[in-house]
Parts: sequence; structure tokens; C-alpha cells
Amino acid sequence: MQVHLRNPTRVLEIEGRRKVHALLTELGLNRESHLVIRNGTLVPGDGELDATDVIEIRPVISGGA
Amino acid sequence: MNPGSKCRTCRQPAIIDLPRHNANFCAEHFLELCRRQVIKAIEHWKLLERDDKILVAVSGGKDSLAVWDLLIELGYQADGLYVGLGIGDYSDVSGDYARRFAADRGLKLIEISLRGEYGYDIPTAAKATRRVPCSACGLSKRHLFDKAALDGGYTALVTGHNLDDEAAVLLGNTMRWEIDYLARQLPKLEARDGFPKKVKPLVRLTERETAAWCVVRGIDYLVDECPIAAGNKHLGYKATLNAMEAESSGSKAAFYLNFVERMAPLLAGHLKDDREALRECEQCGSPTSGDVCAFCRLVATASAHERVPVELIMRGRR
Ligand code: SF4
Ligand SMILES: [Zn+2]
Ligand SMILES: [Zn+2]
Repeated sequence: MQVHLRNPTRVLEIEGRRKVHALLTELGLNRESHLVIRNGTLVPGDGELDATDVIEIRPVISGGA
Repeated sequence: MNPGSKCRTCRQPAIIDLPRHNANFCAEHFLELCRRQVIKAIEHWKLLERDDKILVAVSGGKDSLAVWDLLIELGYQADGLYVGLGIGDYSDVSGDYARRFAADRGLKLIEISLRGEYGYDIPTAAKATRRVPCSACGLSKRHLFDKAALDGGYTALVTGHNLDDEAAVLLGNTMRWEIDYLARQLPKLEARDGFPKKVKPLVRLTERETAAWCVVRGIDYLVDECPIAAGNKHLGYKATLNAMEAESSGSKAAFYLNFVERMAPLLAGHLKDDREALRECEQCGSPTSGDVCAFCRLVATASAHERVPVELIMRGRR
């Protein structure tokens, strides 16, 4: 699957299927600070991601006063 | 596709898992949960009255657009205020998101440009004052929000601070036992001479929830972070709290919400009443403890400084 990430913006290719929380753990990302989006729709933690999916992992943390 | 994940309310396929509620939700019932949390905050802390004339401080990011959207949906009358901070492309793009949101919904957006109206921008102010950018930025925003609210006859100034923001500030203030700041860290600050009522209707929603609200509602917001925020303390506190949250769901909400319920009342007596000490700024008339307010002093220092590009500040912070 193709995984789009930010900070910095980059694209990863990942082989095979994954559950969302497994993918986040694999990438070392906290699920409290990210959303996983496929075709404009959110995918929950135990959602299955297909080998052919294009997904965005969106950070949700903003900084500043 | 996700046989395991069903909405707690309707058993349809879920779109989000919320560990702190120990449940999953479909789009419709997730939105319902967010609305209920906002209504609960508004009612419990008496944040807003039905006839309040509301000004929402809008940055083009998820929180401010979500709170504006929610208030309009809940039937409140609310205009937006966007302050152009002059932080390079970030500010240009964030302004576009705010404008598009307002235009698509026929809402009124007031705009103020720091460079256009006060002769400086945040990178220049940071350099001129030799302080972290967020300090000049926070001071400028607070002053301009207050001023715009009072000038426009608004009765409430709304900001998009969420649970993560408040918990992070609380952690920072607690680490240093800043009693004065702690006593003031409430979802509502009443109006007083020269300051409008200030309220934070999103404090019962996490950042992940406000972002999800925007995705589900189809709100386009600026996802990219302010380029000079990187590495600030606030982000460090958020990361710490989320690491704790990963170990124990709900600890972030308990930390903040129990503070407001149990600790803030004990601190209320310690709030320094600086009302007597305040007088009008000689230059702008805003309440201040000196002759000239901190904002007017910042304007004088920053507008006299040669223009500093944002890249210079980013380099200096790496
Ligand atoms: S991160 Fe700091 S400098 Fe950037 S907009 Fe927020 S307060 Fe201003
Ligand atoms: Zn449902
Ligand atoms: Zn002044």
C-alpha cells in the first residue's frame, strides 16, 4: 500500500495488508496523535488496509500559544 | 470490510475508535458525540448565552474552523476574525482556508494584517524582541482579539482551544507551580473592563476528535504546522501526555477536567485581583499596569526593525 505521511512530507510503500493500529505501531506513531484516511474517509483502529490502498496518515497535533 | 468495528450506537460500520470512551462510532454518531460534548461544556460552565454576539478567533486550522462550524450548527450567531501574522507561506495559505470556509457558508470574516496595519510580522517581532516567536505571536493575537471583540460590540470571544491544548498548558504550569496562571486556566473568563468574555467550547474534545470532525464534515483546513512552532515546549508536553494516554486511556481528560472541577475552585481565592492596578494605555487605551501596554511596546520595537524573513527564524531554531 502507499502511505502518505507529513512532517516531513513523504510517501512509503508497504507490502501486504495491515490493520490500522498495527501499521501505526510499525511506524512508531501514537494513535492519539494521528488519523488514518482512505479515499476521504476515516478508518478506525481495527480497520483492514488492503495491499493496494492509498492512505494518508494525518498528524493532528498543533503547536503554539 | 471491518467486521470487528461497529458503532456503539447503531451497530453500523465504525469510522473511528475512541479509546477514552472505550467505543467505536459511525460518522453520524461520532458527530453526535462531538456536539454533545460541546453542548455539555457550554451548559455546565455557562460559556455562552443564546443571544451572545460571538466572535471566533480563526486561524484556518482544524480547531478554529471546527468550533466555528459547531457553533453555527448549534444555532449561535458567530462571526470570524483572522489575524494575518506574516509567517511566510504558512500565513498566506492559512488565510485562504479561513476565507474559503467563510465564503462557502456565507459567514462574516473580519481580517486584520499585522504587516498592513501595524508595520510588523511575527518573524520580525521575534528577532526584534529576541524572544521565542510564540511569545510575540501570543501577545499580538490576544491584544487584537480583545480589541476586535470590543470594537465590534461582540459579547463573547471564542477560541478553538481543545483538550490537548489545555492539558498541555496545565502540565506546563503545574511543572512550575505557576499558581497565578493555574488559577486563571478555566474554560471561561468573565468580561471585565476592557476585556471581552473569553470562552473555549472545545475543551471536552481532543485534538484527534476536532481533526476528525473536520474530515467527517468535509472541512478543508490547513494541516501543516506553523513552521516556527517546531520543537516548542508546548509540543513536548503534548507528546508526554499522549504517551501517558497510550498507557492509560482517559488520563488526559481526567487530568484537565478534574483540575477544573476539583482544583480550580481551591485556587480561586489566589487569583490576584489586578483590577485596581490597571489603567488605560497612553497610546491605545487598552487596560495595562504600566503607562504603555505590552502590545504598543511590541509594535514600536518590531515596526522599527528591518523585515526578517521567516526562513531566518526557522534556521535559528534548528
Ligand atoms: S506556533 Fe507560535 S508562532 Fe506559530 S502561529 Fe502558533 S503561536 Fe504563532
Ligand atoms: Zn452509528
Ligand atoms: Zn497600548
